[in-house]
Amino acid sequence: MRRFLAACAACLAMWGGQDAALAQSPGPLRIEITDGVIEPLPFAVPPFIARNDAAAGLAVDLTRVVAADLANTGLFREIPQDAHVARITSFDAPVGYADWKAIGAQALITGSVLVEPDGRLVVQFRLFDVFADAPLGEGLQFVGTAEGWRRMAHKVADAAYSRITGEDPYFDSRVVFVAETGPKDARLKRLAVMDYDGANVRYLTSSDALVLAPRFSPDGQRIIYTGYESGFPRVTVLNVADLARRTIGTDLENMSFAPRFSPDGMRVVYSAEVAGNTDLYALDLSTGGTTRLTSAPSIETAPSFSPDGTRIVFESDRSGAPQLYVMSASGGDGQRISFGEGRYGTPVWSPKGDYIAFTKQNAGRFHIGVMRADGAEERLLTGAFLDEGPTWAPNGRVVMFTRETPGAAGAPALYSVDITGRNLQRAPTPAAASDPNWGPLLP
Amino acid sequence: MKTNALILCAALALTACAQPQFDRDGGVGADAFGSGALGGAGAVVPGSANDPTSAAYFQSQIGDRVLFAVDESTLSPDARAVLDGQAQWLAANPAYTALIEGHADEQGTRQYNLALGGRRANAARDYLITRGVPAGRLRTISYGKERPLEVCSVEACYAQNRRAVTVLAVGAGV
Repeated sequence: MRRFLAACAACLAMWGGQDAALAQSPGPLRIEITDGVIEPLPFAVPPFIARNDAAAGLAVDLTRVVAADLANTGLFREIPQDAHVARITSFDAPVGYADWKAIGAQALITGSVLVEPDGRLVVQFRLFDVFADAPLGEGLQFVGTAEGWRRMAHKVADAAYSRITGEDPYFDSRVVFVAETGPKDARLKRLAVMDYDGANVRYLTSSDALVLAPRFSPDGQRIIYTGYESGFPRVTVLNVADLARRTIGTDLENMSFAPRFSPDGMRVVYSAEVAGNTDLYALDLSTGGTTRLTSAPSIETAPSFSPDGTRIVFESDRSGAPQLYVMSASGGDGQRISFGEGRYGTPVWSPKGDYIAFTKQNAGRFHIGVMRADGAEERLLTGAFLDEGPTWAPNGRVVMFTRETPGAAGAPALYSVDITGRNLQRAPTPAAASDPNWGPLLP
Repeated sequence: MKTNALILCAALALTACAQPQFDRDGGVGADAFGSGALGGAGAVVPGSANDPTSAAYFQSQIGDRVLFAVDESTLSPDARAVLDGQAQWLAANPAYTALIEGHADEQGTRQYNLALGGRRANAARDYLITRGVPAGRLRTISYGKERPLEVCSVEACYAQNRRAVTVLAVGAGV
């Protein structure tokens, strides 16, 4: 354990001062999300205690979701329950650390589940640093509806993840995406949302009209996307609660697309084609007024705000091929930031502000990569026939994107990878899926 | 193969061959002409490919599409020749308006390809205007890489997918 922590401390420089300070403290159970983490941290989650009969089934299900959240990060490895030598029979009884050390568990998560007479679900959990013989943080209690049991499991796993990694949580979040059916030359598309782990899929539109590239508002209440409902591509805002939709923009715009919200949710930045030329525009959602941000004969598209709302990164082919530029949120020419070989597109600023993720096309392959906001430290995380459209987990440590396979039977699917390029995983969706956008951490 | 099927379909003037909503490259004019009766041998069947005022004729004899090089929206000499024919035909058939659909192959991001398809559609539109077609009869739309004609992932298919297709409609304005 001590050796493990030392190895971590040696390789965490990339996350900057704050995390480095944390790791140098003689803290207990801790892993860093860096290239240095090779061996996942072993943890045990014995079945949560059902405090009444009504909670029996949910306790089992909830425990599995907690374990899956942690194991799927690639940072943790679950020690299977049949390998446990101790059993937790009471949530409040002292933990016999020796029994968990014996099976090599470094972290232990215990929990209890109660269904109240009014149907509410009460979930308690504790996290233990087994080799320090001590709890890690206070016990927590979550109260919610029985229907929302998966969210409560995600909350438990989020708390454990945050305490051990020092990173912000992200499991209790949703992804909006485009669900695809039909052959490649007549694809039907509709908007859908799901929990980050693929559960609770809900469709938001019919497949009557083409829909592309949905994005959540910062509060997760609205989704903005490019829709062909009018016959022409138009930026459209959809309320998640009642599915009410409206197009935004002006009549001058022959088509509008690639929208994204500002971090305060008050404005939208998007591409519009006016008189045959595609530039970037900003629209004030309260007044409907638009401002032109770029004025170039080239294509300007795929804008994304910095988390503080002061800058916009976008894609332009003004140099002859698509490259990335950063400009003030009020517009202008901007500074080119991508200088590597190949074509760069779909930049998206991390919610932490430390990186910009992008799509890169080079030598017949597509990659998802990250770079600093000034273009430094470019790293490619993936490579395939067609990877595109990265979106950040709310904590800025995982990227989800579209991977499409080639040929007549080719189809897109959602994949995620962590910021170090490890733990590439296919996100489960009921059918083909594209254009994921990861929403905010739920309240 | 698909293209062949569409041409055959148009030649028979079967209105039943109207295409699904998203496949607008074929079947144009079917709605505009309603149920055309099949004529006798040698007769000009209204709405069919041997009716020179029909959308089917425009599609099969004039040529409804022009192709582009990778990442390009400039018109090749071949493309200009096709558009010259389109302009002449539109001048002779003033009842039609046209929606020019721009498309891209799958080698590119969705958003850039939307813009690129728009650029291609506008290149065709601008050329038609220089050849005398009133701007008010022309409108453009881009489908980016969303509506490939050919589905293989090699250049032979990509070349067919990088296109601007002039889709006719009957009626005032677009």
